[in-house]
Amino acid sequence: MATRSIDFEERHAGEPPHLAAARAQAYAMPLDAIDMLDTDLWVNDTHWPYFERLRDESPVHYHANGKFGPYWSITRYADIMAVDTDHARFSSDAHLGGITAKDMDQDFILPMFIAMDPPKHDVQRKAVSPIVSPGNLAQLEVLIRERAQKIFDELPLGETFDWVDRVSIELTTQMLATLFDFPWDDRRLLTYWSDKATSDETVPGNPTKQEREAIMLECLMYFTRLWNERVNAEPKGDLVSMLAHNPATRDMVPMEYLGNLLLLIVGGNDTTRNSITGGLTFMAANPAEWAKLRARPELVENAVSEIIRYQTPLAHMRRTALVDVEMGGKTIRKGDRVVMWYVSGNRDERAIAEPNRFLVDRQRARQHLSFGFGIHRCVGNRLAEMQLKIVWQEILKRYPNLLEVMAAPERVPSAFVKGYTSLPVRIPA
Amino acid sequence: MAKITYIAADGSARTLDVPDGGSLMEAAVANGVAGIDGDCGGNCACATCHIHVDAAWLQAAGEKSEMEAAMLDFAEGVTSDSRLACQIMASPALDGMIVRTPVSQH
Repeated sequence: MATRSIDFEERHAGEPPHLAAARAQAYAMPLDAIDMLDTDLWVNDTHWPYFERLRDESPVHYHANGKFGPYWSITRYADIMAVDTDHARFSSDAHLGGITAKDMDQDFILPMFIAMDPPKHDVQRKAVSPIVSPGNLAQLEVLIRERAQKIFDELPLGETFDWVDRVSIELTTQMLATLFDFPWDDRRLLTYWSDKATSDETVPGNPTKQEREAIMLECLMYFTRLWNERVNAEPKGDLVSMLAHNPATRDMVPMEYLGNLLLLIVGGNDTTRNSITGGLTFMAANPAEWAKLRARPELVENAVSEIIRYQTPLAHMRRTALVDVEMGGKTIRKGDRVVMWYVSGNRDERAIAEPNRFLVDRQRARQHLSFGFGIHRCVGNRLAEMQLKIVWQEILKRYPNLLEVMAAPERVPSAFVKGYTSLPVRIPA
Repeated sequence: MAKITYIAADGSARTLDVPDGGSLMEAAVANGVAGIDGDCGGNCACATCHIHVDAAWLQAAGEKSEMEAAMLDFAEGVTSDSRLACQIMASPALDGMIVRTPVSQH
């Protein structure tokens, strides 16, 4: 460690005080005492030095005392790629725990294709993927841009407002309501269900397990009404109609319908929402990059990929080992919980040059882990990129001086959804 | 080395000298061939280097692995001549090969 400390001092010379303090603690504590699932690390944004230490000293690391039980942390880019692409040995099955560090409740299993292995995963995924096909996206782009423009047109000038609520949530919720052909005035229910579906009942202030399950069943009842309306009508292009008419999904039992709905609601909402918010904080903190993007607006797609890497809106995905696997000099045992920390792999200097810098003109910016790799790779990645591209094109058109960030954002207390609950901003009048 | 011709969706063609052992994806990305992204860097894990191999070269291109078939299963516009360019390595046997690229993969 002494050999490292020289370059490490230099690399972190400009870091904010809260990170410097976290760094001191991360390197002082025994490796075995580290728990990356500790909510404090996420709500305070202090996980970075812990991951850096794990990548260097124990890249395949066993945490015996995890908050949700013992687990392995995989923190290097190449190792994450190896696990993510090895679905034959690392399962996503809900009955083995599913795809988050916190096991899916075995008395409330929500079957959804992300938490299935082949072959069932394959047929269900293919039933919904046409909604995000390039042809459909080209049609949606016009509509999304009109709606984004309206959202921006209605923002107040010269007064502080919450960017998360007024822009990030509103835009992604409108998008989701469009994909589901969901009753427009009720669309914030989608946001509500999305937030509750991923909330961790061990965090004070969050709903209890029973309360959360009751909310999920309300969601099911609402969507069952939509299903019943659409199953008896002509097939249309919305997701509910597609699920109700596709032979691969039309016989789903209610919990399976709910599971797949929640997958699409969370996947299509939280992730893009938090990248929209994160992107603004990164650009505001890096004025030279904003200047670069203004000078070369054709960089916008590259900048979007960089935002998605830098944000990593889902911090991890989890698998369960189906057999013993040797990795990084350790033996992962059959049945063990394996957490792939995308957020760490996206800052791994072994795979990405100067990973802690935010660079709108980064080379090969698309090579990041945020969408996952292999058969579970994000089905909506192109839709997410398109929404973010529109947001930044509209910002470029309207706000030459960007927006002022008035205070640090509030963060979601979760080691899974890496996001923000609020960000006060102001448009210079 | 193999000369590989990439024909874009608009019909324009580019021929690259691809070194032996190098993949058709790497050569395409390094030379800015339109329509090939290669987001996963050649790990057969994203299906953003989907190409259609000319019928005359399909056999020479070799067999798909199980993983390649699984990834292609989720790509757009897949046909019986579909392959992932990161899984085809250049060799003298592929000299003259023709492949077609889609408009966009992202």
